[in-house]
Amino acid sequence: MSETFTKTMARNIFYGGSLFFILVFLGLIFHTTRVLPERDHRENITPQVVLGKKLWEDNNCIGCHTLMGEGAYFAPELANVYQRLGESKDAIISFIKYRPAEGVPGRRSMPQFNLSDEELDALAEFLKWTSEINDGDWPPNIQG
Amino acid sequence: MKFSSQAVAKPYFIAAIGLFTLQIVFGLTLGLQYVLGDFLFPEIPFNVARMVHTNLLIIWVLFGFMGASYYLVPEESDVELYSPKLALWLFWIFLSASVLTVIGYLAVPYATLAEITGNDILPTMGREFLEQPTLTKIGIVVVVLGFLFNLGMTILKGRKTVITMVLMIGLVGLAVMFLFSFYNPENLVLDKIFWWWVVHLWVEGVWELILGAIMAFVLIKITGIDREVIEKWLYMIIAMALITGILGTGHHYFWIGTPDYWQVLGSIFSALEPIPFFMMTLFAFSMINKRRRDHPNKVAALWAMGTGVMAFLGAGVWGFMHTLAPVNYYTHGTQITAAHGHMAFYGAYAMIVMTMISYAMPNMRGRVANSAKAQSWEVWGFWLMTISMVLITLFLTAAGVLQVWLQRYTDMPQSFMVVQDQLAIFYWLRFAAGVGFLAGVGTYIASFFIKGEAVGLANAAR
Repeated sequence: MSETFTKTMARNIFYGGSLFFILVFLGLIFHTTRVLPERDHRENITPQVVLGKKLWEDNNCIGCHTLMGEGAYFAPELANVYQRLGESKDAIISFIKYRPAEGVPGRRSMPQFNLSDEELDALAEFLKWTSEINDGDWPPNIQG
Repeated sequence: MKFSSQAVAKPYFIAAIGLFTLQIVFGLTLGLQYVLGDFLFPEIPFNVARMVHTNLLIIWVLFGFMGASYYLVPEESDVELYSPKLALWLFWIFLSASVLTVIGYLAVPYATLAEITGNDILPTMGREFLEQPTLTKIGIVVVVLGFLFNLGMTILKGRKTVITMVLMIGLVGLAVMFLFSFYNPENLVLDKIFWWWVVHLWVEGVWELILGAIMAFVLIKITGIDREVIEKWLYMIIAMALITGILGTGHHYFWIGTPDYWQVLGSIFSALEPIPFFMMTLFAFSMINKRRRDHPNKVAALWAMGTGVMAFLGAGVWGFMHTLAPVNYYTHGTQITAAHGHMAFYGAYAMIVMTMISYAMPNMRGRVANSAKAQSWEVWGFWLMTISMVLITLFLTAAGVLQVWLQRYTDMPQSFMVVQDQLAIFYWLRFAAGVGFLAGVGTYIASFFIKGEAVGLANAAR
């Protein structure tokens, strides 16, 4: 780099530029959290949805699945699983409930988590609520 | 080595390499599970192996950063480390916490681990990369605070250089952003927004400062180039990293319930994110080309150049490939993401740690550089690992393109598992490349045990 461009100038670009973009970012995040309620429908977060999210985490579902595209890529996307299974909570519940404990020979299989009926219902409620978030019309189609 | 206290870096580097090896073993397990779905099921299900794989990566890179800092800061500050004893204590605490956590992942179901470690009191578990029990997270905070204290006190009593300043900003940033891992709101959208403050603002933010500082240090040492020149480059690289990277967070806010303007902002700024990595490549190559002396540690220079190139390809090119919102709409959460993640992490953070180890380890073992024979083994390790990683990335990219086409793009989209079955050939090839990578790791480790004729600083001036 040329001699007219000094280290001090480079340093000022670093501190000035970073500070400027940190402030812009914080402003945008603030705005995002203001308008978020219209998109996440938080009024529908019932105690069951809260329990469902806790179960989602406690069983490390993200270790195989994606949820709104984030997670592992080993098992299907679940942000739209409610729609994929015909808008049926029961279909979600029975899928999880009847996983064979020893798996399926030669195939990927979801573990048997031995959840209670109340827990299964909460998990399904969580996935239903998630499916209703306005996420820019993603995924592109029902297959996720 | 200027100061005896720099030697505390050694156990950190050894632990880093050990955990790295274990990470690769679990990577191969995952690779097999992709094609032999019931492999190790239900003893080690995919989610457990993946968690071990990704968490080991984070942990060993942190060990690497810490070792690099303990080596670099006393030398830059021109004083002994404030407390080598504290550094060693923290080493054993961090290692035991890491090993115990991995044992916990493998020994009991994750839900049981959550229960016995008190996840009900402060739920932070079960989120990608942040799967560690809350207790482990608290342990990480304690270790990092002690580490920062030790470095801070060293810098305060010694010389303040641009490199130590940048390193400290990066490390303090690392610690501050990690605190967001304790924030886990009940609202999934908010959870995801701030989860990225840890994940993105680490790897596409403050970690780049740490990378830049380590790179600058090694380049000064092996090229003898004037500090003023190196520091100017460093400032420009990290300026571009944060100017593009902070708003670049927006590329994670496309499809998680956040407002649509993030699609525009995220696309624009993340499209610029390759710039700092490109500058890093130019930096390494031009400093080494203009070197004022021929340092006998040739392989350290190779690692430094390799870091530049591979970080640019993995983080820059492979990142850009799917970062524009209209493209990402189809590629989000597919094997394309996995391809990018593998090369970016290897190229930027695995390789910078190995650059530092390559430079510092011979010094700590009482020589300027390893013997020509040992270096040639290390060069073989470098190429085996690097070429294998390029192949892993290419095979995953091929799998990803096909996956996007079959599952997302055609008029007759097929279901996830039906598509996965059709990708098997690429997963097998990826597995084969993974075996190549493990061979590279083995060769790399072997290089530390190869003797041979000592080399000296015969040609100090060029």
